[in-house]
Amino acid sequence: MTQHARTASFFALILVLIVGTGFVQSWNTALLILNMGLVSAVMALGVNLQWGFAGLFNVGVMGFVALGGLAAVLVSMPPVGEAWAAGGLRIVLALVLGAATITAAILAYARVPATWRGWAIAAILIVGFFVYRAVFDPGVAAVEKINPAATGYLGGLGLPVLLAWPMGGVLAAGAAWVIGKTALGLRSDYLAIATLGIAEIIIAVMKNEDWLARGVKNVIGLPRPLPYEIDLQNDPGFVERAAGLGLDPTTASTLYVKLGYGVYFAIVLVILLVLAQLALNSPWGRMMRAIRDNETAARAMGKNVTRRHLEIFILGSAVCGMAGAMMTTLDSQLTPGSYQPLRYTFLIWVMVIVGGSGNNFGAVLGGFLIWFLWVQVEPLGVALMSVITAGMAEDSGLRTHLLDSVQHMRLLTMGLILLIVLRFYPRGLLPEK
Amino acid sequence: MDVLNGLVALANFVLVPAIAYGSQLALGALGVTLVYGILRFSNFAHGDSMAFGTLVVVLFTALFQSMGISLGPLPTALLAIPFGIAGAALLILGTDRLVYRFYRAQRVKPVILVIVSIGVMFVYEGLIRFIIGTGEQRFADGERFIISAREFKQMTGLREGLALKTTQGLTVVTAVIVVALLFWFLNRTRTGKSMRAFSDNEDLALLSGINPERVVMVTWLIVAALATVAGVLYGLDKSFKPFVYFQLLLPIFASAIVGGLGNPLGAIAGGFVVAFSEVGITYAWKKVLVYLMPEPLEPSGLVQLLSTDYKFAVSFVILLIVLLFRPTGLFKGKAV
Repeated sequence: MTQHARTASFFALILVLIVGTGFVQSWNTALLILNMGLVSAVMALGVNLQWGFAGLFNVGVMGFVALGGLAAVLVSMPPVGEAWAAGGLRIVLALVLGAATITAAILAYARVPATWRGWAIAAILIVGFFVYRAVFDPGVAAVEKINPAATGYLGGLGLPVLLAWPMGGVLAAGAAWVIGKTALGLRSDYLAIATLGIAEIIIAVMKNEDWLARGVKNVIGLPRPLPYEIDLQNDPGFVERAAGLGLDPTTASTLYVKLGYGVYFAIVLVILLVLAQLALNSPWGRMMRAIRDNETAARAMGKNVTRRHLEIFILGSAVCGMAGAMMTTLDSQLTPGSYQPLRYTFLIWVMVIVGGSGNNFGAVLGGFLIWFLWVQVEPLGVALMSVITAGMAEDSGLRTHLLDSVQHMRLLTMGLILLIVLRFYPRGLLPEK
Repeated sequence: MDVLNGLVALANFVLVPAIAYGSQLALGALGVTLVYGILRFSNFAHGDSMAFGTLVVVLFTALFQSMGISLGPLPTALLAIPFGIAGAALLILGTDRLVYRFYRAQRVKPVILVIVSIGVMFVYEGLIRFIIGTGEQRFADGERFIISAREFKQMTGLREGLALKTTQGLTVVTAVIVVALLFWFLNRTRTGKSMRAFSDNEDLALLSGINPERVVMVTWLIVAALATVAGVLYGLDKSFKPFVYFQLLLPIFASAIVGGLGNPLGAIAGGFVVAFSEVGITYAWKKVLVYLMPEPLEPSGLVQLLSTDYKFAVSFVILLIVLLFRPTGLFKGKAV
């Protein structure tokens, strides 16, 4: 089978799976899977840029996704004027001071003679830290005191939420620049551990800094790019059209909103996919692959490997950030407590590896396929377990335990899929040409 | 008196917890570092190996408790440790046979093995949750304290108490024994020496007739034992929760890298560096400083540098600093 036919048939399979879900379960479920599948595909594209193009082992995906989510809050929520008046400027000033401290320390590292360097840096950092805390803490306390049950944070810019998607990419790119500057020189497994840790730190900051996005109190009710279901149901024109299609208004409104998100996400995915394909086949993409396959040779040919790595690290992270903003928009809420590395880092990696690293279509396919399985393993597991436990007594302890544990089968399944694909299709379902 | 009170407070809230935590991290980091030294990859499934060993111990502890077997003042879990090690060893050796051996034969790049270990991590995680769920399990029994804060205050007449939990004492004693055994094994026995030879130079070791499969098997056995012991000690000290064990992966890796990956001594040093910084930076120093500083300088705030939620951040900042300025770690590690 040629590469094209293979790609086409796998995507046809995805279509069948999702449409099948629509017929067997419900169209709402099918659209839910489709929407998160689109978001997952974008994330997988980002990871594929880094791993598939350049061989960078970034397991901090969760951090960038979360930053994208943060951007959605910062862009779309209305600003809290009182909080800004109470302590907003103080916080901004403190952050500037903190950044100045770090810049000064970096300058000291470069400029101060070696004998004094250690002491100078230590002095700058210690003094800077205490000054920062002295300015920062009262500001935070003041902001968090303003109506903590509803706001207690600075709020956002009050701009349309769609703007948050590129902004999520920008925010993630900024973080990736800082991280890449420090950590990209590390060898592959060190980079992995470093990024894993940085992602944890980003989540810790988001959980902890209530003034920023309410921390674990969560921001809910983000503005939506689409109308609310209840407004649609009260709109006579919409009800009439729904009736024309033979749908009751409630179902029609939920389907309409989900389809709307699907269209938005599909547009983003298609744009990114086209760009990624163009990049892959451009001289720049060939250079990336050359660096990936033999760094020393590429360096000898005069390629600036460090710079290229930084570029692609930022690009890939920006794509993940964009996906994060899309996901938060879809959920209409930011819940920092729900970010877990298994779900937001390693699952994305499973998608890329299973789909085929180095192949953009492979990554997209992996995103859809793995997300479909992630959602559907549970109902399948319940069915399987009911068959297995059918012969057991109603009140047997083992039966209840087995039925209760079904929810944990998805991790097991994902692991098995990853191991099997790595063993028998090490280049993924849609291998790189 | 104030100075003594201050020192006791320091010991009670910083030194004792950090030493116990550091020992647990050191044991975990030893496992990671051994895999890195012999098999040459970072094992992302290590946290879950720890969790699996501990899970078996938890189940056997419950069994022993229901049979009325106990160790008196010591936790029953000690009796169950051999079963836990056996369980973890079976699982890990099975994994090696089914998964890792194939890639070893192909001599794939280390980063592929890391990805494979991510797959293994998923499977273990699912298995553990399947068996015991995600809830918290407390399995420490026996005497709770060696010295409780109240007894200490009565004994010394100081205002501050020094509590020493049985599990903390046990952690340190067990860690010392395990580490001593490990170093004796690595330095004195034939198998241990062949392991070190294999770690230093694989080709030369093969040339001198060392059986690689045997070395790998012994390594996994030791790793299973270290992981189980570390997991049980951590679980006795705090509690057993699968997700927490998965998260332990981060400080453990930090310890191993800070000390120098592949270097057992470094892993131990790294464990304590990470533990002391974590506890030191997230502890509210007010209590200690009130005693140690002259009256006018006494702090008004809590003097907590960072809130406790940032403890992961601490280990990673240390990790980054070490990696940037001394990439092979404090003790010379190896670079694959």
